[in-house]
Amino acid sequence: MKSAVEIAEARANRWGHQLYAGRARAILERAFIALRSSTWVPIVTGFIEPVLYLLAFGYGMGELIGDVDSGRGTVDYAVFIAPGLLATSAMNGAIYDSTWNVFFKLNESKLYKGMLATPLGPLDVALGEITWALLRGLSYAIAFLAITAPLGLVPGVSAILAIPAAVFIAFGFASFGMAITSYFKTYQQMGMINIVLLPMFLFSGSLYPISVYPDWLEFLIQLFPSWHGIELVRDLWFGYWDSGTLLHLGYFCVMIVTGLYFTTRRLRNLFMR
Amino acid sequence: MPESLISARGLTKKYGDFTAVDAIDFDVAKGESFGLLGPNGAGKSTTMRIIAATSQRSSGTISILGRDPEEHGPQIRAHLGVVPQQDNLDGELTVSENLFIYGRYFGLSKKFIRNKIEELLDFAQLQDKRDAKVEALSGGMKRRLTIARALVSEPDILMLDEPTTGLDPQARHILWDRLFRLKETGVTLVITTHFMDEAEQLCDRLVVMDKGKIMAEGSPLELIKQYSTKEVLEVRFGSDRNKEVAPILREMCSRIEELPDRILMYVEDGEALLEAITAKKLHPTTSLVRRSSLEDVFLRLTGRSLIE
Repeated sequence: MKSAVEIAEARANRWGHQLYAGRARAILERAFIALRSSTWVPIVTGFIEPVLYLLAFGYGMGELIGDVDSGRGTVDYAVFIAPGLLATSAMNGAIYDSTWNVFFKLNESKLYKGMLATPLGPLDVALGEITWALLRGLSYAIAFLAITAPLGLVPGVSAILAIPAAVFIAFGFASFGMAITSYFKTYQQMGMINIVLLPMFLFSGSLYPISVYPDWLEFLIQLFPSWHGIELVRDLWFGYWDSGTLLHLGYFCVMIVTGLYFTTRRLRNLFMR
Repeated sequence: MPESLISARGLTKKYGDFTAVDAIDFDVAKGESFGLLGPNGAGKSTTMRIIAATSQRSSGTISILGRDPEEHGPQIRAHLGVVPQQDNLDGELTVSENLFIYGRYFGLSKKFIRNKIEELLDFAQLQDKRDAKVEALSGGMKRRLTIARALVSEPDILMLDEPTTGLDPQARHILWDRLFRLKETGVTLVITTHFMDEAEQLCDRLVVMDKGKIMAEGSPLELIKQYSTKEVLEVRFGSDRNKEVAPILREMCSRIEELPDRILMYVEDGEALLEAITAKKLHPTTSLVRRSSLEDVFLRLTGRSLIE
């Protein structure tokens, strides 16, 4: 049996030991314990929402719309929106976990402050919380695929790659969302997140191709992460690869690294300066 | 001189132009119960955060168990149990889950923590609340749980920031009793407080802080001996007459303090002085003879009372 001191000493010579104790999983463990008692409503909602959209738009509106040019061949409208909704739900889940949940633990319950009074470092906290958001994205993606496959909305086996893709974009959103939240101090500022998010999702091409926009608007939408997320999942859903797919992946790599960097830095400045 | 666990020299913390801690020196010996006494804003909590390796000093030196917190933060934190001023228990978890996960933050094995939880629940007298949500606990129970949580890693030093602020008298006494037991087991305690009775009860040695500086240092008894008299006579003449009689009283003993509502007279024999006052036909509306306390020491050192 090792004591707390021995455990900390064993790591002392590693690079970055002030930032990372190698125990992000302890934060994850906490999330699992908390899950038992926490409210299931937002978690279940996050899963049901895309399914409801799929039913309403895919089968309701889809009857009126017919086939759509997905940019990867002409497909049934429901097939077109399914990957878009999958991407959206992964992003929404990640955002919920990394914004409001983080804000609460940062400012109301002072949970992070307590964690950082132990040998844990800010990177442990950031990674643990973000991984939790990812697991949520993962479970949504698997569930969504399990529902859409029997409905005949999945064009091929390659669509299974949409699952890791959904996790990857959830990673980007979670780490970026946590970084932004860590700089926010008031509920008013947090409200701004919602104001930005809703239009971002509505207009980012989950329900229709953005080629319907004028050029300038199309270009603007292409700057937003939601568009990259939706396009990435859609590419893989249809088993379609090109340089654009790589660009989407790159976009999320940058988001992940930037988000982790600023979250770690901010937690350090908040609680360890 | 016993082994020094914490040693600070010229320790300073600045926030912009504001100096929260101003070049203080102190040592804490192993097994000692060391107090930082002072009013709100004296720099106690800032000092605590620097010791706890969760805040970086601006200048000076500090070593905790022979290490510099700037270089060895995680290792130092592994030696410490921290009880913050504001409870930050995990509201989504139960009492025993709180203890469990906190141990996991230190990297301790599940088996070790499970055994430890039983011991800590006994210590905190929370056995029957083990599956209760934290929200359902009273203020005193939350505090005890926070202390138990800080002990899960078997720390060498327990840091308590205002441990009984906000608790009712009964809960305070229960908490003091628990802290006494800890002291007996040899845990080093570092306590901040603005309650003089708490400092007298719990601290072997303390420093009196004001405006970021250390004003005096010693055991409660030594401080009282050095900065105050054996007894204090408190007299009230009503707010208008206090001012009137003060010059007369000033002639009668070596030191008096005029507070807004009463006059404190520092003497060796309070009863004798009261008789002398009555003999002069100055009849106070109320009078009280008491032992000198740390409050009097603070008043002497700063000209202000601890709780304003």
